[in-house]
Amino acid sequence: MSENIIELKHISKVFEDGFQAVSDLNLEVKKGEFVTFLGPSGCGKTTTLRMIAGFEIPSEGEILLNGKDITKLPPNERPVNTVFQRYALFPHMNIYDNISFGLKIKKMPKNVIDKKVKRVLDLVDLEGFENRKVSTLSGGQQQRIAIARALVNEPEILLLDEPLGALDLKMRKEMQLELKAMHDRLGITFIYVTHDQEEALTMSDKILVMSEGKAQQIGTPEDIYNEPKNAFVADFIGDSNIYNGIMTGKLKARFAGGEFNCVDDFEEGTHITAVVRPEDVVITEPEKGIIQGRVDSVIFKGIHYEITVISGKTETVIQTVKSANVGDRVGMYVEPDNIHIMKADDSINIIPVDINNDYKLELNGHVIDRSVTKLIKNAKRNSDGNLVDEHGDLIDKSRLKIYATILPGDIEMTDNIEDGIVQGHISNLIYKGDHYSYVIRTEMDQDFIVDDEDLWNMDDFVGLIIPKDKMKFTVKH
Amino acid sequence: MRFTRRSLRIPYIIFLLLFVIAPLLVLFYYGFTDASGRISFANIVGFFTDENTLGTLFYSLLIAFVTTLVCLVVAYPVAYILGTSNLKSKSVIIMIFIMPMWINFSLRITALKEILTLLEGNLSYHPFLNSVIGMAYDFFPFMILPIYNVISKQDSSLVEAARDLGATSFQTFIRVTLPLSIPGILSGISMVFLPAMTNYVVLDMLYNSTYIMGSLIGSYFSSYNWHSGSMIALVLLGIICLFTFFTGGFDEDNENAGGAIL
Repeated sequence: MSENIIELKHISKVFEDGFQAVSDLNLEVKKGEFVTFLGPSGCGKTTTLRMIAGFEIPSEGEILLNGKDITKLPPNERPVNTVFQRYALFPHMNIYDNISFGLKIKKMPKNVIDKKVKRVLDLVDLEGFENRKVSTLSGGQQQRIAIARALVNEPEILLLDEPLGALDLKMRKEMQLELKAMHDRLGITFIYVTHDQEEALTMSDKILVMSEGKAQQIGTPEDIYNEPKNAFVADFIGDSNIYNGIMTGKLKARFAGGEFNCVDDFEEGTHITAVVRPEDVVITEPEKGIIQGRVDSVIFKGIHYEITVISGKTETVIQTVKSANVGDRVGMYVEPDNIHIMKADDSINIIPVDINNDYKLELNGHVIDRSVTKLIKNAKRNSDGNLVDEHGDLIDKSRLKIYATILPGDIEMTDNIEDGIVQGHISNLIYKGDHYSYVIRTEMDQDFIVDDEDLWNMDDFVGLIIPKDKMKFTVKH
Repeated sequence: MRFTRRSLRIPYIIFLLLFVIAPLLVLFYYGFTDASGRISFANIVGFFTDENTLGTLFYSLLIAFVTTLVCLVVAYPVAYILGTSNLKSKSVIIMIFIMPMWINFSLRITALKEILTLLEGNLSYHPFLNSVIGMAYDFFPFMILPIYNVISKQDSSLVEAARDLGATSFQTFIRVTLPLSIPGILSGISMVFLPAMTNYVVLDMLYNSTYIMGSLIGSYFSSYNWHSGSMIALVLLGIICLFTFFTGGFDEDNENAGGAIL
């Protein structure tokens, strides 16, 4: 008998239209844990939750509840309850009937139901709401009722699908704390889905970071924040400066135009990704820093300043309590402890792309015939030509980050520089048995990883041809 | 006079006066006067004391009731299956169900008459059955559309929530889907039941010589008894108003009010 309340074993889900939402996911959840599935929209986190609830059947793999296979059990026979994103309260019933729905199905005696409904209404701080109509409640109150309706059934696991997504910021913060307190008090296992990293860090015992249907990292909030496993996790959790670089010696790495001491050991010459949190960058006199740069912007954020420094072609974001002036020359220093180095992932290119005024995507000035509108769920252009979301609210273009993912095998190198969308020098090459893996460093200091069967020379200046249909785009707000 | 936005309403005011208010007043005038033009309640008293008229009212209600029931029983499953499926072509299938409406009414009923004659030999053996078949065939689209609209707009997470809370598919249907589709059902009923009480052309064409309310009004007017005819029309109007009132058709927030779906 294991102490895991639920186990996902090699779970995959392919939808009828061929879309692979989840691939080979493994997860163990202990009794009483607060586990959060975190990831950008479309990463498969909700699909995973729905498979645990029983609304979707995995294409492969199995789900064990207390060691028993429940993979194909219908939702009504699982001892789990869900709090839905849009609450899903029954509009034709009053609050009492909504909450007692599950208990009436179980044919409990009326006096027991009355008692339970009252107790759970107390728990969510809505005493005396039994006879109210759903439509008379505010969003926050509806959310509490939805939680009460699930909790009254005393589920072994409570599933929450972005339950706070529709609430305003202040309400959301309040509910986060309340949910956490409820979890501590009840001892029920919570599985929580969100795309809000702060929410995940605040509430969880364990976080599963997902991207493109795969688990990127599973760990405690501290683990995930301090020791991100890859560039995706580092970028998604908190603000990060992410640099491409190379190991130059024992515990020495070169990135952002300087050589830093670090605590992660990799073989000399290894292509690496370095992650530095903005609060860990120390501003010094120009000559005392490892790298130097010019202050590009200073934004006051309440308890700290957010300072952007440009050094060469790299940009570093710094959070500090000391202000600086735009245009100042400064030095920057990072404690070895605070540099997190990981082996660069050479199986995929994740390249930031720009959005032009026509809301088309651009890579290095080349328009890719894809509109931003198609990438964001329910987004459209309004009559003024501006981008708006499903509620008609403006979407700030400058706050959208769009990444293109390109497989190394899909990029072709060419001597005809002008044929390529981007150009750069070959900065690294490794023979991988049947092909060479190249790193092309562009003039914008971006690294492209390219697989090619032919041998090219180090430092060759090449153009990269990237077929537009081979780029996949993801959006981060 | 300067043209303003307000001037746009003039044609509609004229229309309302000419084709809604004036005829109603005329109807009331004839309904509550006798042949010599004096105010009289003889017509309304006559309506509720004449056995023939009451018999016709009862027969009309019976035909309308059975027609509505047949439409509902046939339309609901179709509307439910299409409304809850994620078939891409479901709107095409709904179109196919509605398509007969686009074919001339008398042509449709004539065709139906030929088919029924072929099956039954002589239409006069089953006048009631034939009338119901004709009416149901004619009004079916008006039942399927509002129900389909309501069901297809239902939030699918409500069904999931019910299942999640332990309800079987059947319990979910009875406790969630069905009660939430009542507005569609009511609006379908109001669009089938009331016309079915008066549409005597179907009966005529299918050789059912029993009168229904529509035929009664027609016969009074063709025999120049405008007073009794008007009173019957007024009574029908009253029934319709009561019906609409009790089904919530006058509620402003009822988006299916009056079943105006097409």
